[in-house]
Amino acid sequence: MSQRDSSETLLRVLDLVVEFDTDQGVVRAVDGVSFDLQPGETMGLVGESGCGKTVTGLALLGLIPSPPGRIVSGSIEFLGQDLTALAENELRKIRGSDISMIFQEPMTALNPVFRIGNQMSDVLRLHQGLSRRQARAAAIEMLAKVGIPDPGQRVDDYPHQLSGGMRQRVMIAMALSCGPKLLVADEPTTALDVTTQAQVLEQITKLQGEFGMAMILVTHDLGVVAETCQKAIVMYCGRIVENSPIAPMFESPRHPYTAGLLASIPRVRAERVKELPVIPGIVPDLLHLPTGCRFADRCSKVQGRCRQSIPQLQQLADTKTLVACYEPN
Amino acid sequence: MSQTDKGVKSSASLLEVRQLKKYFPVRGGVFGRIQNQVKAVDDVSFSLGRGQTLGLVGESGCGKSTLGRAVLYLQSPSSGEVYFEGERLDARNKPALLARRRDMQIIFQDPFASLSPRRTVAQIIREPLDVQQLGSAAERRERVEAQLNVVGLRQNALNRYPHEFSGGQRQRIGIARALVLDPKFIVADEPVSALDVSVQSQVLNLIEKLQADHGIAFLFISHDLAVIQHVSNVVAVMYLGRIVEQASATEIYRSPKHPYTQALLSAIPQPDPRRKPDRIVLQGDVPSPMNPPSGCTFHTRCPLAVEQCRLENPVLTKMNSSGTHQVACHLAE
Repeated sequence: MSQRDSSETLLRVLDLVVEFDTDQGVVRAVDGVSFDLQPGETMGLVGESGCGKTVTGLALLGLIPSPPGRIVSGSIEFLGQDLTALAENELRKIRGSDISMIFQEPMTALNPVFRIGNQMSDVLRLHQGLSRRQARAAAIEMLAKVGIPDPGQRVDDYPHQLSGGMRQRVMIAMALSCGPKLLVADEPTTALDVTTQAQVLEQITKLQGEFGMAMILVTHDLGVVAETCQKAIVMYCGRIVENSPIAPMFESPRHPYTAGLLASIPRVRAERVKELPVIPGIVPDLLHLPTGCRFADRCSKVQGRCRQSIPQLQQLADTKTLVACYEPN
Repeated sequence: MSQTDKGVKSSASLLEVRQLKKYFPVRGGVFGRIQNQVKAVDDVSFSLGRGQTLGLVGESGCGKSTLGRAVLYLQSPSSGEVYFEGERLDARNKPALLARRRDMQIIFQDPFASLSPRRTVAQIIREPLDVQQLGSAAERRERVEAQLNVVGLRQNALNRYPHEFSGGQRQRIGIARALVLDPKFIVADEPVSALDVSVQSQVLNLIEKLQADHGIAFLFISHDLAVIQHVSNVVAVMYLGRIVEQASATEIYRSPKHPYTQALLSAIPQPDPRRKPDRIVLQGDVPSPMNPPSGCTFHTRCPLAVEQCRLENPVLTKMNSSGTHQVACHLAE
């Protein structure tokens, strides 16, 4: 954990547990997640599908669909206030103004039957009490900020009239329009082509500096994390396995899963390799988790005690890295 | 071209694609008249040797998947020719086309949508044998079981259904289905895009191994330049229905010549925090293939475009004496 004074901390998540009811039983999608985030900081939340990264992001905004889901225990302290204890109408005041979110698929996140300008104005009128006219002017200004050409015209477009990259820009404009202190971006560029992804990431980073907000970037793409984040959390089967500043994580990953993930990314290399390194096996089913470390079956360094109890997230001596492993690299 | 042929005398290539075009009509108005055309694939030519892999890379909507399907005549091309082992494919000659399909198979992107949820794994893998009416029931069963081993699935998978498997395992089922006829050529359309990284590399290694063991030629379609580098001998970059650059995998990554290829390569986020990207960020979006820009279709986004680019469409030109590196750009040298 950070040694800093907690009054400075923007967000402190402590022992968060989220469960979902399914036909086959109760699935614990997030199992004891804790982390801190300072104002203006950018953190990557990384892992493969089903690891709980998206659910963690949704929980921060109180957006876990209920039923079937619920926050079972733990707390989410945002500027000293526990969000899990707030009623829905109190949460709604924070959501979209102090904490905002961008989703992966901009087509489903935007309402297809309303003009984008109207959708943007709604947010501004609700949170900032602007008049219709002021809100429209503010919406146009935001569209210009995210690099949409002809914002005065585009404000009256419907979502389907925009390309994927444009729609994602509109989402960003909407998310940032109230000047949030924290932005949760869930795979914001995964649905985009690489050249568009480069544009959108550049835009997000630029605006983040301008607005001085903190960001949690939920993604499976370690390349994106390396380029945009200051620190990252790696999740596996609902638990954090490593929490570290970016440079040490990419130079010398401590958890065998982080190391395996980094090694197996196909990347453009100077020389073509004969065989890509792999992590053997598959992610275990959340309904039938092993007793000990959840990565044990796929780990090359597995030992007796790895199968007996779950290793806890601990700070390594003389580093800022936290790792949940009995045999860290 | 490679000499890894299976007893056939061939200096010629396995697959020869000439000036292939696939246009889709756009209908509109009260009477549904054809009002416009989408030129999904516009004048594409290439050849592929036995056991070789051509990597086809481009962004969404560039026509790479349509090209893959048109080559197999799953969607008949609007014009142009495809020769397989010197024989021209013909949409009107259905029996001949069906017989040819024994040698030409496809692996799809989405391992969820491309396997029927109501069939067992055994039925799915056996289907090509049923269609081609090859072997007795017992022989078919034996072949299906053998394929499971090849792709690394257990025998108890046979009587289970696709939903019981993970994405990576499903993609293995799709690969087994493509392999069961022992084809000479496979179109792999984004075979690993839907998979998680740790599983992606497992499937890529499997494809590499199959190619080495069985001498299968691949048309490997992907938007991911890193994946393409790993599997390809030759790489072709597509933009708005055309190939803008084609070269050996070594050559194209070492010295990309087309500004679009350069931008694509520089746009890949690198998992190395110390490397500050020297990035060419393209402006704007890919134009609509319904009314592509005049001249070079890339000129609207090209950082180097000059007047000539707006007027004349560059043709694919050989950049070296052997002709292995071809670029369609007025400014390339």
